[in-house]
This record gives sequence, structure tokens and C-alpha cells, in this order.
Amino acid sequence: MPRELTQNRIQKIWIPSKDDKPSMPRIPHGGPHLANPPTVIVMVGLPARGKTYISRKLTRYLNWIGIPTKVFNVGEYRREAVKHFSSYDFFKSDNEDAVKIRQQCALAALRDVKIYLTEEEGQVAVFDATNTTRERRDIILEFGAENGFKIFFIESVCEDPNVIACNILEVKVSCPDYQDCNKTDAVEDFKKRIECYRVNYQPLDPDQYDRNLSFIKVIDVGRRFLVNRIQDHIQSRIVYYLMNIHVQPRSIYLCRHGESQHNLQGRLGGDSGLSTRGRKFAGALADFVEEQNLQDLKVWTSQLRRSIQTAEALNVPYEQWKGLNEIDAGVCEEMTYEEVRERFPEEFALRDQDKYYYRYPSGESYQDLVQRVEPLIMELERQENVLVICHQAVMRCLLAYFLDKSADEMPYLKCPLHTVLKLTPVAYGCKVESIFLNVEAVNTHRDRPEEVKRGPSTLIRRNSVTPLTSPEPNKKPRIEGLDDPTIREVTPAQLTLCSTTHTTLALSTQHWLSEACLT
Amino acid sequence: MSVIENNTEQCGNSLTRELTQNPLKKIWVPSSKNGLPERHISQRKVCMTNCPTLIVTVGLPARGKTYISKKLTRYLNWIDVPTKEFNVGQYRRECVKIYKSFEFFRPDNEEGLKIRKQCALAALNDVRQFLTDEGGQVAVFDATNTTRERRETIIRFAEQNGFKVFFVESVCEDPDVIAENIVQVKLGSPDYTHCNTEEAVADFMKRIKCYENSYQPLDEELDRDLSFIKIIDVGRRYLVNRVQDHIQSRIVYYLMNIHITPRSIYLCRHGESDLNVKGRIGGDSGLSARGKQFADALGQFIQSQNISDLKVWTSQMKRTIQTAEAVGVTYEQWKALNEIDAGVCEELMYEEIQLKFPLEFALRDQDKYRYRYPKGESYEDLVQRLEPVIMELERQENVLVICHQAVMRCLLAYFLDKTAEELPYLKCPLHTVLKLTPVAYGCKVESVCLKVEAVNTHRDRPTNVDVSRQAEEALLTVPDHQ
Repeated sequence: MPRELTQNRIQKIWIPSKDDKPSMPRIPHGGPHLANPPTVIVMVGLPARGKTYISRKLTRYLNWIGIPTKVFNVGEYRREAVKHFSSYDFFKSDNEDAVKIRQQCALAALRDVKIYLTEEEGQVAVFDATNTTRERRDIILEFGAENGFKIFFIESVCEDPNVIACNILEVKVSCPDYQDCNKTDAVEDFKKRIECYRVNYQPLDPDQYDRNLSFIKVIDVGRRFLVNRIQDHIQSRIVYYLMNIHVQPRSIYLCRHGESQHNLQGRLGGDSGLSTRGRKFAGALADFVEEQNLQDLKVWTSQLRRSIQTAEALNVPYEQWKGLNEIDAGVCEEMTYEEVRERFPEEFALRDQDKYYYRYPSGESYQDLVQRVEPLIMELERQENVLVICHQAVMRCLLAYFLDKSADEMPYLKCPLHTVLKLTPVAYGCKVESIFLNVEAVNTHRDRPEEVKRGPSTLIRRNSVTPLTSPEPNKKPRIEGLDDPTIREVTPAQLTLCSTTHTTLALSTQHWLSEACLT
Repeated sequence: MSVIENNTEQCGNSLTRELTQNPLKKIWVPSSKNGLPERHISQRKVCMTNCPTLIVTVGLPARGKTYISKKLTRYLNWIDVPTKEFNVGQYRRECVKIYKSFEFFRPDNEEGLKIRKQCALAALNDVRQFLTDEGGQVAVFDATNTTRERRETIIRFAEQNGFKVFFVESVCEDPDVIAENIVQVKLGSPDYTHCNTEEAVADFMKRIKCYENSYQPLDEELDRDLSFIKIIDVGRRYLVNRVQDHIQSRIVYYLMNIHITPRSIYLCRHGESDLNVKGRIGGDSGLSARGKQFADALGQFIQSQNISDLKVWTSQMKRTIQTAEAVGVTYEQWKALNEIDAGVCEELMYEEIQLKFPLEFALRDQDKYRYRYPKGESYEDLVQRLEPVIMELERQENVLVICHQAVMRCLLAYFLDKTAEELPYLKCPLHTVLKLTPVAYGCKVESVCLKVEAVNTHRDRPTNVDVSRQAEEALLTVPDHQ
């Protein structure tokens, strides 16, 4: 007998029910269906080849599309174990003590990977280290086989001295290892560090030794790729993503349409035109764009009138994307919040309970929006300077991607009318500048209500997209065998006196910058 | 909720243009002074590339070049990028009416070389016409193109005409794969109609030999400035060099997701629903009694097919999920498989649509593919929404997709290479399963009617699609219902 279906009240998803409670999906004949095995992504490459940049960006993307992912950076474990970094000597291959410490750090990181993937519901772990020797990679492969994890390697190969120099300046000079050094010394030391690795570097060999492994070799920052034995959907998506990202400097401008007639009336959705103030904003936006003096700015709008009207004022060509349309409020379209509360009090309450997963009856949820907007994110990655004129919920989705915000935070990000957010990639994150164009508008933001009873946890299914903030890399890794406080200090090399000025850039740049303008 | 409002708007000062909403696609476009829509860049679809692209296949015979060319062309056309393939072998067959033997392809056969070069140039000429005069966006130049010299010629041709060039090379030395290719597509070729299997295979192997000596594969170093993808051993490995733009990126992604492992795709609709019975479109109703019968029959059918590892996909609408429940295996719900959103016409009967929205009804008959319901979707929108489903279907092996009429038409059009004009009128009756199996360069279709009665939901295009038509003329082709 087929099971009865009930519609889950928040996500409006039909599931089989037993006495009105959702039951487990039926398992196929022949035993339990093997869940998709977790994947360990293993970075490979000399220092300053963009491994951490790729790790963090990829993790942010995977979390945003709903795949729980976390980075495990072995360098950070090493910094925990060896409190004071003195010089590149630590990385010499004949420095036995250091070699031992580095090995233990790697193992500690792998242990945490295992915990994340088996006990903490992680699906992808990114093992960010040089992993330049076959010996090290074989250890990881064994680890994967023992635990039933898939292994996918991402190798970054680059010999362009300009790119390497640029990387060193952007992210190495300001790293905790060099906080007591001046720039020149840091650069010199780092270059010697690279040489330590180069001696033993065994790149992935697709023709012989590594021909059965799954990997992508990224050559010269994306000029060329070698892709070997993609095993499944997630690896295919990862490859596609890596082939679309670039490191060209550029800025992405996000803003909403000018204030609309419906905004003035406090109505949701619809397809109304701009109000007087909205038109004024459009003019101000045109001036702003001119001032920015960009060559080659692409302008994208949704297919709703208010966003197109705004773009028209710029007098430049623009592209309409249906995917940028505002969230569909279904039966609540064009109502005011008061009307919604009156006519659909239960829906109104449910939305406040779980705004990310909540789907309007015959409409959409933020979760649906993320899926709808993903191809646009992919295209934004390909592009250079782009101005996106969209809507409140859509803008929140896009912003959550760029600023690594969780599903929980996304529906409450502040995206006021008549304000442009200028996003510029910097180091491992994104700099945000908020520019209010000085034209008054109504406030359409509804904060998270104080008293909200959290309902039973909502379904998380595959193909559902549940952005999670990329978890902070482990700050306090456990390294067994190193609790002994009498670790012999590595003999420091002859370093010239370093100044004690600290650089201002922290490693996780995006968090404090974004905090500033969005709360 | 008026559908056709006066949709013109002032946009600030007199210099900014007014917007009108195109009545068919419901897209806002600037209009000129007399209120007519202007030809504005914003009307153009999302920009795939700035200039036409010439895809050039490279590889020895029987490496899958034509298979890739045809499949890629089918995919690009389906996502609305006008694409056409130009197979030089066909030009050669036109020129040299009767194929005698592999001797034609010997590198020392001057007469043969001359003819083959002329054929290549004739094909390039047609490429130029397609891309510059006929609105084509991508041309696939399908030939061996195994020498650097030939490729140079093509590159020069492209430069002269402002086309981008993207090479797709297929490299394979697995004798089983090559043998299988020869059996599947070469034996049946017009070249070998007068031969028996053994003779044909022997001749073809010698033909391959003729190319081998002069074959200069794309090289990481020598060809480092070209844009290309090298497909090695039927997708085991890929080398991708200098992807220039969006369309090339999409092509690479597509090529990396397709495979040739034998499998079948089963397409069907949900069982008959309560709304179907009443002749109403859209909505989210449950199965009728007959619909439930179909679901059971489907379960039995699937069992009888004895398929290893079948994936079952449904939409997020009740009727498809109810159907899947009866099949008894785990299924995955895809919102992207939901039926086309009929907007203001949801849950109406065709008679009611004619009554309330006669203009909309007529517009829909005029251009059913591009027509977007007010506050709803068009088939064109559906295709965009379904593209990730198609991509995942390409990756998968045996799959049963339980979906809806319009959605099934879109998927079917992809597999059977139907045009935008044909797509909205493809016949996808209830209670019928279509089994699609890739074979040679296309797809074999088996239609299995599961012998449970259901209403007909197919509405043919009426003869009179003019907005001034009478109600009877509009409703002529509406299928019977309660």
C-alpha cells in the first residue's frame, strides 16, 4: 500500500507520513542504500601557488550550495604546535625535529578530517597543505581507503614569477609567521621556504604513477587544466567551478532597484514601477557609475519592471536575467505584511520561525532562490566588473555567497534601498564598501523577531541547498605527542633585525569588514 | 488582477525611454516615441559570446568526433544557441559519388588529396554563410583535421571572418572502443553499403592507417595559444587549454559530463490526477483512482525491466511523488521538474482561459514555445530551468523521471533533437512510459502504454490563431474532460 503524503508546513514538501509525522524514506530492496561517501579534497603545490585561496573559495561555494564543507589548513596546526616561527630553516628537509613536527601536524589534521566527516555531518573536507611528495599523498590515500572517503586532488602549478611575487605580498607577508618582520625580509625568507619544498616536489604524474587518481591540475592560474578520472557529480561541479574562477582584479556592485510604488505601500512582490524617489535614485546611480570610471562594466537586471527602469537611467546596455527576479511570494504576492498576517496568520508565523527554509504557498523559499541564482554566481565568477540591479531577497542570497554568510543569517542581511554595495576581492576574502546614494527611501527590512519558537528541525535533503558559513578553521588543533612542553626550539637562522610593526590585515578579512556595514 | 494593463511607464526625464511589456514573452523593453518596442540590446538573450564560434574536431577516424559533434550540436540548439554541424565526409560523398576503397585516403593519392581539400573548403564556405548570413552562433566543423597545416588553414579562415576557434580533439588507443565504434557507425555508412562486415572492417582499419603517419595531435607546447579540449580515452582524462568565454566554458562542462556507458532513460508523467479529469491545468492535486492504478502498473513494469541501480526522480508536486511511492524505491525530488507555471491561469480549464483571457489564449497558440503565462512561465523558461536536470541525466546511468506534460516535452525534445516549434506539441500522453536508449548517433525510443485508461490532455494547435477568432475556433482542439 502506498504511504500517505503530507505537506511539510515550512518547506511545502510532500513527504510520506505515519500518523502525521514524517517517516524515513523507504530503503530499496536488498539492504540500506549507501549514502554518498564523503570526499576529501587534497591540495597539492609549492607554497604561494594559491592553494589556500582555492581551498577557501571552493569551501565557500560548496557551503553556499548546501554541501557542508570545511578547510583543514596544516600550516595553522603547525603554528599552534610551534608557537614562534623563526625562519625558513624550519622547512629544510634535513631538519629532523621539524620534519617530525610537520608530520604530526598533518596527522592531527587528518584525524580532525575524520571526525568532521564521520561524526559532524561534514560532506567535504579540504586538506590544505603542500602535499608535494608521493610519500605524503600515499599516506592520505591510505587514510581515505581505510575510512571509505573519496579522494580528489587539486594541484596548482605555476612558474610565473609575477604571480608568485604578488601572492607573497598579498597573503604571506601579513601572515602570523612574519608579524615581526619587515616586508623585504619576509619576502626573502618565504622565497627560501619555497626552495626547501622544491627539492622534493613530485608533481602529480597523469601518465604513470598517478594515472588512477582523481585530480585536476590547475596550470598558470587557470590557463590550462588537466583533469583525470572525475568520479562523481560533486567532483564534476568542483572542476567546473575551478575552471570559471579567475584572479583578475575587478569589482562587483550590488544594489536593489529604486524605490517602487509597492515599496511605498508596503506591498510584497508584484511588478510595479519606480516611485518619484526611485527614479531619482536611478539618476543618482547613473552619476555614481560614471564617477567609478570603469572600462567595460556589465549591467545586469532582473525581468521585473522596477529593476529595468533603474537600469534604463544608466543609458548603457544591460542584460535581463529571469533568475534575478525577486522571490516569488506565491499567494501572498502584492499583499502588505498586515494583510498576510490577517489572511494567513499561520504562514506568517511559520516564516518567522525558519525564514530560510520557509516556502510561500505556491511560491519560493530562500533555499529555492539559492538554487535559482547559482548559474548567476557562476557567471559572476567568469566576469570582471559587473553591476547587478536586483531585489532584496535575491541580493541577500548573492551577498551571502560573497561574504560567506550562513543560511541562518542570509534572510536577515541588511540590503536597504538606494544603497550600493561594492565588493572587491582581496587576499582570501572580499572587501565591502557600502555607498548610500543620498536619496531617501522607505525601509523594507524586517528584523528577526525576538520571541520565535523554533519548530522541529526541517528536512535537509540532497539537492536542497543549505548555505552554511564555512566553519572557522580549527584554532586549537589537538596534536598528540606534542603536549610535552619541552619541545626543543628550532635553532633560529641569522635574520636581520625585524621591526615590530604589525600589519593590519587579519587572515579572515571578510568577517570584520562585513560586520561593519551590515549590522 | 488585470492581465493586459496599460504597461507604459515614464522613467524620469524625457530622455529616458518608456517601457512596454512585450505581450508574448512578458518582457519589458524600451519603446520608441510611437509606443512600438525598440530593438534594444536588452532584448537579446543572455550573451553567450561576443562573436560566432567555430568548433573544430580533431582526431583519427573512429574516435567519436561525429558522435561528439552531433551530441554537442543537439545540446547547444536545445539551450537556444543556433548551432549546425558540417561533416566534411558528407561533402566528400557528394563529390565522389562512389566510394571504392581506402586507397582514396592514401597520403600519396594526389587526386584524392585535391578532392578532400576542396571539400574542406566548400564546408568552410558553408560555415561562413551560416555564421554571418544565417544567424548561426556556433558551427561544428567535423573532420579529422589531423595535421597542423589543415588546422592553420582553418585558423586563418576564422581570423579573416572574426570567428573564435575552439578545438575538440578525441584521442583514444583502446582497441575495444575503436572496434565498437566501427561496428556501431561505420559499417552502416553509405561508404560500405556494398561490403560485408569483414571487408568493411578491414578497409576501415587501413583507412585509419592512412591518417596515422601524418597525425600531429594538439600539443601542450606548440599549440599553447590555441583554445582546445583534448578528450583522452573516452573521458578518462581531459586537457583543457585557454577557455575564452562563456560558451566555451559550457561546452567543456558538457563534454566532461557525457559518457557512453550503455543505459536507458525512462520518461513518464505522473498518474492521472483529479485536476486532469476535470480538464484543469496546473495545480497540485493528487492522483485519481485510475492514476493510482497506473502507479501500481508502473511499479510492476519497472520490476519487470530488471534494471540494475535505477535512480528515480520526481518533481515536488504531489501527483508525481504519489506515483513514485507506488514504485517502491527511493526517489529524489527536484523542484526543477515541477510543471510549467501557468501563472494567472493556474487551475483553469481551457474554456475558462478563453473566456477570461482570450488574447492570451490566442497569443499562446501563435507561439507556444515563447509564450509566457502572465505571472507564469514559458517553454523557453522551462528549458532554462531544466538544463541542470539534463546535465545530471547525462552523468547518470539508468534513470526513471516521473514528471509532467510540458516538462516531459522539453526533456524529450532534447533527447530526440526536436525544434522549438515542434517541442510544445510533442505527444506525451498519460500512463505511457517512453524508454530512451542511446544508439549510434541518436536515441532509440520505445513507447510502452501501461494499459490504464486516462483522459487525453493533448491540445493541438488550432487552425485559427488570430486574436479576432471566435471562441469555438479557439476551443476546437480542446480534449474531452468531465
